[in-house]
Amino acid sequence: MKISVNNKETELIEGNTVADLARQLELPVQGVAIALHNRMIPRAEWGNTLLKPGDSLVIIKAACGG
Amino acid sequence: MKKLIIAGKEFGSRLFLGTGKFNSNEMMEKAILASGTEMVTVAMKRIELNDKEDDMLKHIVHPHIQLLPNTSGVRTAEEAVFAAQMAREAFGTNWLKLEIHPDPRYLLPDSTETLKATEELVKLGFVVLPYCQADPTLCKRLEEAGAATVMPLAAPIGTNKGLQTRDFLRIIIEQSNVPVVVDAGIGAPSHAAEAMEMGAAACLVNTAIAVAGNPEEMAVAFKEAVIAGRRAYEAGLGIQTTSFEASASSPLTAFLN
Repeated sequence: MKISVNNKETELIEGNTVADLARQLELPVQGVAIALHNRMIPRAEWGNTLLKPGDSLVIIKAACGG
Repeated sequence: MKKLIIAGKEFGSRLFLGTGKFNSNEMMEKAILASGTEMVTVAMKRIELNDKEDDMLKHIVHPHIQLLPNTSGVRTAEEAVFAAQMAREAFGTNWLKLEIHPDPRYLLPDSTETLKATEELVKLGFVVLPYCQADPTLCKRLEEAGAATVMPLAAPIGTNKGLQTRDFLRIIIEQSNVPVVVDAGIGAPSHAAEAMEMGAAACLVNTAIAVAGNPEEMAVAFKEAVIAGRRAYEAGLGIQTTSFEASASSPLTAFLN
């Protein structure tokens, strides 16, 4: 199925969760946050948040800045 | 010297560092450690898929350092609240440098949205340190809204122009019941020392250190300037007279004749 990650179309297996996506993208353990339809999903809920076709996610990570 | 306390947390250093514009993460880490800072800002960006770049976070995470995520890139209070929630999740801290500057040319903070966001974020349990205009009235309003500090600008971000807002900073410091952190525009250790002599609680410095010929040495120079300025403030500066006449510091009695 197709989902959107940071406005880019991404392929994901049907029935996968946010945690599965994080593994697929090899996200670091620290300094990352994920929002589904502009709502932040706490890391503790990644494992039971199922993704559906067309879902839109924002994933951010730490960057240098003042 | 008195310890700086923000939201009940004690800081041994009154110098805060930004992490932008360094040539490398290794240089940034050296400057952070050399500065003695205990508060370091960090920004957020959208990940690029398949981007395996070096993790900057490992260079700034140290047991003595409080991470201060910023909301750079947001244009409204609503976006700031979303960014704050993402930051709290990503960095495991409810401390936040709130910055809302919709205009990329001057990067000047939007006072209306900053006040609105501060009110909402305080209710959501964040420790809010708002970057703001050097506006004494606004700073009082931010304090009333529950801001942990106010962080008025000395000059526009990255300009190194020093205390262009000097007179307003003096009023803000005189009126404030929360620590006043002078943020943005500090370009030389002498600027930081002057802000501290005026009674600022701390200075936030980034560009002046990051783009210096030797950032590590410049970090030390700022550390010493902030300490000197604070020490002078606590010691009580002599009054500057408006007279052009000298005031002798040696006896004026006849000596040679």
